Amino acid sequence: MLRYMRRNRSLVVGLCLLLLVLLFAGLGRLLWDTSLAAPLSAPPNRPPSWEHPLGTDRQGRDLLAVMIVGTPLTLYIGLLAGFIGVAIGTVLALTGAYYGGVVDSVIRGVVDVGLTIPTLLVLILLAVSVRSSLSVSQMALVVASLSWLWPTRTIRSQVLSIKERAYIQVARLSGASNRQIIFFEIMPNLLPYLAATFVGAVGAAILASIGLEVIGLGPIEANTLGMTIYWVTYYAALLHGMWWWFMPPVVIIIMVFVGLFAISAGLDELANPRTRKTV
Amino acid sequence: MRLDYIVRRLVLFVIVVWAAATLNFFLPRLSGKDPIRDKLLQQAAAGGYVQAGIQQMVEEYERKFGLDKPLWVQYLTYLGDVARLDFGYSIANYPRTVMGIMADSIPWTVGLLLTTTLLAFAIGSILGALLAWRRSPRFVQYLFPPLLTLSAIPYFLLGLCLIYLFAFRLKLFPLFGGYTPGTFPALNLNFALDVFKHSLLPALSILLASLGFWALGMRGMMVTVEGEDYMTFAEAAGLKSSTLFFTYAIRNALLPQTTSLGLALGHVLSGALLVEVIFSYPGIGTTLYHAIRQFDYFLIQGIVFTIVLGVTLATLVLDLIYPLLDPRITYQRA
Repeated sequence: MLRYMRRNRSLVVGLCLLLLVLLFAGLGRLLWDTSLAAPLSAPPNRPPSWEHPLGTDRQGRDLLAVMIVGTPLTLYIGLLAGFIGVAIGTVLALTGAYYGGVVDSVIRGVVDVGLTIPTLLVLILLAVSVRSSLSVSQMALVVASLSWLWPTRTIRSQVLSIKERAYIQVARLSGASNRQIIFFEIMPNLLPYLAATFVGAVGAAILASIGLEVIGLGPIEANTLGMTIYWVTYYAALLHGMWWWFMPPVVIIIMVFVGLFAISAGLDELANPRTRKTV
Repeated sequence: MRLDYIVRRLVLFVIVVWAAATLNFFLPRLSGKDPIRDKLLQQAAAGGYVQAGIQQMVEEYERKFGLDKPLWVQYLTYLGDVARLDFGYSIANYPRTVMGIMADSIPWTVGLLLTTTLLAFAIGSILGALLAWRRSPRFVQYLFPPLLTLSAIPYFLLGLCLIYLFAFRLKLFPLFGGYTPGTFPALNLNFALDVFKHSLLPALSILLASLGFWALGMRGMMVTVEGEDYMTFAEAAGLKSSTLFFTYAIRNALLPQTTSLGLALGHVLSGALLVEVIFSYPGIGTTLYHAIRQFDYFLIQGIVFTIVLGVTLATLVLDLIYPLLDPRITYQRA
């Protein structure tokens, strides 16, 4: 295990980056007063000082507290939407690819059409239609409504290729039922791909949620990372040179994205031993 | 086979456009109450100087989508309007039509996107090719990790950092907008230079962030091409290294890259919309941002539909061009 970890460096880098972000949020909650994340709890527009290590924003939030509260919220949106997406995607892909026929054509058609339309635009329409300010969980559900499209396509092609392999034929000849083949033959071989797809889906969901938040459709009361950037553009913090306001969310978001990207590259290597570097 | 392929692409195009129009129509009605009607009535009740326009819009809306009509009649009316690209009036800026507002902002977005996407495609592909090429100089290898990292960062975050560094700290570039406030758009050298200066930072943030995507794809293709028999043969025949690189390797590796161009379009566009918001660039993204803030539903619907139409049209054109570029693609029914 350790030997493998040393070889698969991008997996290690990715896990470390995410662990760092989680540690920051976890330890921060223990060591810092998170009630300071509420507006008007600190003097506004202060640069970093001993009292407020990351400074305060225009509405009098302590930015360190905002980051500690906001990071898990953003990750939560990504994880929930990513999980729903991969779950729906797996079910659709398995039924479509394994049973074929009309169901498969319909699923494939819907995915083809859905992937042609830029996701962010549909999400904007959806969020505008809901109108009443979204909560964080509703936000995750809005993002999840489209997050199954890409997983369905990739998992489906993977199931199609697994389905043709010799051990599936053997299982069928030895009288295994469809359900047995799906759960005991296909599923175990699909797991590494599911993990890679999940990581990708989480990244896409976080990106979509931040996009919605920046354009002004996020949960107004919540202090997610994307909402912090929305307030930065709303109050033109850049023109006032308030670097301490936008740097922390930008750094955390970049760490999360680079981490997820590295993990998915590492998982890809795990799933496709053929691309592995020489031992 | 060819005709069959073209027909299938056209059918997909029509379905996507129809799906976008249908979403536009049904999404606001899903919640049971009609947010457009609510907004119009609210605006009408608030009064003010736009009162006359709002009254007319309410009447027009009731005539077309009134509750006395069954849903399918409203739906057909809507599809008819969309087919004529008639999105009605903007709620927030009454006498102006949605089409008129979009016509002002679309050239900015198209100009920005077209140049950055083509540049990113060209530079990224060449970098990717060099990365995979055995005989390229050593330092090229060091470019790979930063390129990968950049490609994982959302465009608009990169934009934020670039504005702060180059516009606020170093004061090399203007902070926001598409041209200096106070000047009027005109066709002369000064204005063109001004526009160019304003577009450099937004273009740079899109370019930097999307380079990695193309470089990564190209690198993968080049590795495959380098292993092909004809490469070994050409090398054994004693061809020059540059001939090998440009006419044997790049030409063959580049073709699948054009396929991803169509796939990436939607993604690049969503990213570019947010970059515009960050830079207050006068394109369609900023217009959408303001429309959302004012809850200008007709404008939002119009923009969403027009962008989907544009992206789908571009994808269709690319799809129809591929067979001409790459004769290996036969497009048989899967």
